[in-house]
Amino acid sequence: MKITATAVALFLWALGSAFAVSPQDSCVTCHSALEGKQAEPARLFAADVHRQVGLGCADCHGGDPKDESMNAMSRAKGFRGAPKKAQVPEFCARCHADIAYMRRFNPKLRVDQLSQYLTSVHGKRLKQGDTKVAACVDCHGVHNMLPASDTRSPVHPTNVASTCARCHADAEHMKGYKTPTDQVARYLKSVHAEMLAQGDTAAPTCSTCHGNHGATPPGVTSVANVCGTCHVFFEQLFVKSPHQAAFARMGLPGCVECHSNHEIVKPADDWVGVGAKAVCVNCHAVGDKGYAAAQKMAGDLARLKTFLGRAEEILGTAERSGMGVSGPKVELTNAHEALVKARVNVHSFNEPEVRKLTEQGVDIAQKAYQAGVVALRERDVRRKGLGISLIFIVLAVSGLYLKIRQIESGSRT
Amino acid sequence: MATADPPQSAGFRPGRRWINLLLGSGVVASIASFIYPAIRYIIPPVVGESPSRSVVAAKVAELKRNTGKIFKFGSRPALLVRTADGEFKAYSAVCTHLNCTVQYREDLRQIWCACHNGLYDLEGRNVSGPPPRPLETFKVNVQGEDVVVTRSA
Amino acid sequence: MASLYRQILNWLDERFGAGAVEDFLRHKTVPIHRHTIWYYFGGMTLFLFVIQVLTGILLLLYYRPTPDDAFESVQHIMTQVRFGWLIRSVHSWSANLMIFTAFVHMFSVYFLKGYRKPRELTWITGMLLFFVLLGFGFSGYLLPWNTLAFFATKVGTEMAGAIPVLGKWLLVFLRGGEEVTGATLTRFFGFHVAVLPGLATVLLAMHLLLVQHLGMSVPPGVERATAEGRATARVMPFFPNFLLRDIIGWYVALGVLGALAAIFPWELGTKADLFAPAPAGIRPEWYFLFMFQTLKLLPARIFFLEGELVGLLGFSLAAAIWVVVPFLDYRAGFGRVTRFFTGLGIFALGFIVAMSFLALW
Repeated sequence: MKITATAVALFLWALGSAFAVSPQDSCVTCHSALEGKQAEPARLFAADVHRQVGLGCADCHGGDPKDESMNAMSRAKGFRGAPKKAQVPEFCARCHADIAYMRRFNPKLRVDQLSQYLTSVHGKRLKQGDTKVAACVDCHGVHNMLPASDTRSPVHPTNVASTCARCHADAEHMKGYKTPTDQVARYLKSVHAEMLAQGDTAAPTCSTCHGNHGATPPGVTSVANVCGTCHVFFEQLFVKSPHQAAFARMGLPGCVECHSNHEIVKPADDWVGVGAKAVCVNCHAVGDKGYAAAQKMAGDLARLKTFLGRAEEILGTAERSGMGVSGPKVELTNAHEALVKARVNVHSFNEPEVRKLTEQGVDIAQKAYQAGVVALRERDVRRKGLGISLIFIVLAVSGLYLKIRQIESGSRT
Repeated sequence: MATADPPQSAGFRPGRRWINLLLGSGVVASIASFIYPAIRYIIPPVVGESPSRSVVAAKVAELKRNTGKIFKFGSRPALLVRTADGEFKAYSAVCTHLNCTVQYREDLRQIWCACHNGLYDLEGRNVSGPPPRPLETFKVNVQGEDVVVTRSA
Repeated sequence: MASLYRQILNWLDERFGAGAVEDFLRHKTVPIHRHTIWYYFGGMTLFLFVIQVLTGILLLLYYRPTPDDAFESVQHIMTQVRFGWLIRSVHSWSANLMIFTAFVHMFSVYFLKGYRKPRELTWITGMLLFFVLLGFGFSGYLLPWNTLAFFATKVGTEMAGAIPVLGKWLLVFLRGGEEVTGATLTRFFGFHVAVLPGLATVLLAMHLLLVQHLGMSVPPGVERATAEGRATARVMPFFPNFLLRDIIGWYVALGVLGALAAIFPWELGTKADLFAPAPAGIRPEWYFLFMFQTLKLLPARIFFLEGELVGLLGFSLAAAIWVVVPFLDYRAGFGRVTRFFTGLGIFALGFIVAMSFLALW
């Protein structure tokens, strides 16, 4: 008896608390029953991150969800309705700029999005009354917002490019602005997009260089800094190189001059030098110092690659022949490393520096090659052993042959 | 057999003794040349055991705290680190970006690639710079004086 | 010298009748005719088998059959152990030559109707031996645990899985689980060094006893010519005349093996990675190529059956027919050559050669 009573009490309590967690929300009740555009927010909101942390319609739009009449959406009840485009940033910032409020949900989340946004090209133009630019919801979505870490979110690293492309690749939309519309298409051909597609979410997308809320194209002087945040060594070498001053004089941005801005493809060794694909000859011509240096640097790299290839080939042959060459192979990784470093040092545009590295590599590769020669020589000793054995075999076979002839000539008579 | 040679075989015809000598020495020498490698094969080589998946990377006393050491593991370089806490950790020393050899940076207390400034933490995770993947990590056991590094299966 | 030899022989004779063996050797003859050359291939296959046993035992001294160690231990044999490269290369090359000579032996016996009464059992034991050799080849291929072998084994065992009813069970039996793993390696090692050698020994003993008991078969054409007086039946003593010729062949085989091992060392490849995607150009050993290629060429569906299944059933049926051919071609026992069976043999040979070449193209 007592147990039953307890059970019933528990059940009622559980029922009650379930209702307490999701109280009847008149916004959802009514809007779900409506049609088309007016039903959409109620439907989408179920998966929204704001819903997940326990917020409801009224927390943004105001009004009284407990009131079941149309009175719920009266000014008296604090109803704010849907914001106009120009008001969207402030509408979101009501909470998102309030550190005390945000801390209740996610203390790690930043609260400077609005102030950043106001510095962005988007923000400035919106202030000037241009409603074609992006505000919060244009990138983050409305009513079905997800955290950026969610792969379904339009602002997840893997989706950012296509989100930006929605406007920036749309020639119709971008009519009247000076920006081109092929950036995303070109970005998608870049090594950065390739890495991102391979699952390296640290690889840069649009917002990595342009900023997200404070989205602005980097200026001529800051390009090297932007690239240098990841490509540290290249920036360090570049700023010390003669190109730094020369580029600044001519008003040229640094890195992108050779590597392009959006279509940043994997660089190849034939970019250095004076050949058909070389970027040096874009500025340098026969006779100037840079031209000679470029030619020499290309020669340095080619020389190391030749020696490296030779060593790799001979060690490969030796290894496949079953010779132990793991030692020289480990050594050879240093020559490979010298090549990688030399490629970095090309950005010092200081040919002796590059040559120092390539010659180090050549030395190592030479030694590895010699080890390969020794290994192959040892392999050839095997052939000598084979030769000796073959001589004995020939002796034995000719002995056998003569023996057979002898036996058979005897038996036949 | 004192029979005369048949007329059709008028060519080279050595005597029975010569044939037996040729045959005997040929057979003995050739068999010796087959047996010799086999016997040499049976005698175990200097490196008695195949290296398989573990190697003695260093002696315990060899490595001070907060230092690293590159050692050869198979035909690739590997990195043994003794952390500031005195713990041993081992990784493949081949950077996941462009295969340069990484090193332990005492000042950063991280693993660093000199080629493009790639950084890995002491769990081998790529934390900064271009490396797209973490370093492969190995198991470390201390057996007496030896630090033994084992490739996990 | 001679008397000591006599004495030993007498001593043995009193104990188990060694004299009979000597007697037998003295009286054993080999017929001489224009097809005598084909008699050598059986002995050659046997010789290469002996080489396999010897080098196999040597390899066992250092080989370790676990997925962690297999590749490394073969590498160790090839690089650290003195003459290890030779032993391993000879083992690999000899295996391939052996399968080749076995093929030649089988087809020569087939075309010369060597299987006809009373040699049906010799043929059947020979065929079983041939299947055992293929089993040796298939299981041994995996043991170095390199990428190619790993994926070839995966594909090969998958085919066994396509067999109806028993397939699934057979696949699990072969792989030692659902997938090709270390368990498969252990199993294949067991097959390769214990199960198959046992089977081979028994079958080989039967095969050789039957050959000795029945003597060499003379092709019907030669028999007829002799009976009609168009030719005289000539023979040569097995010992020493034929045996010495055999030995010359064996020496040549040894020379060829040594040369192949020294000039074209058997490659080791790269260690198998269970999680790596299959590399391009996976193909089995050459003697399985014709089956591999046929299965590849078959359409995905034939009537209501899966193409691969049809292919496998076809091969099983063909193998079964091939094994019992002495009973199907019983007329050969009366000295009558049936065109149909000669044609069948030519078709089989042509098919195997053509498909193998197509695969290599």
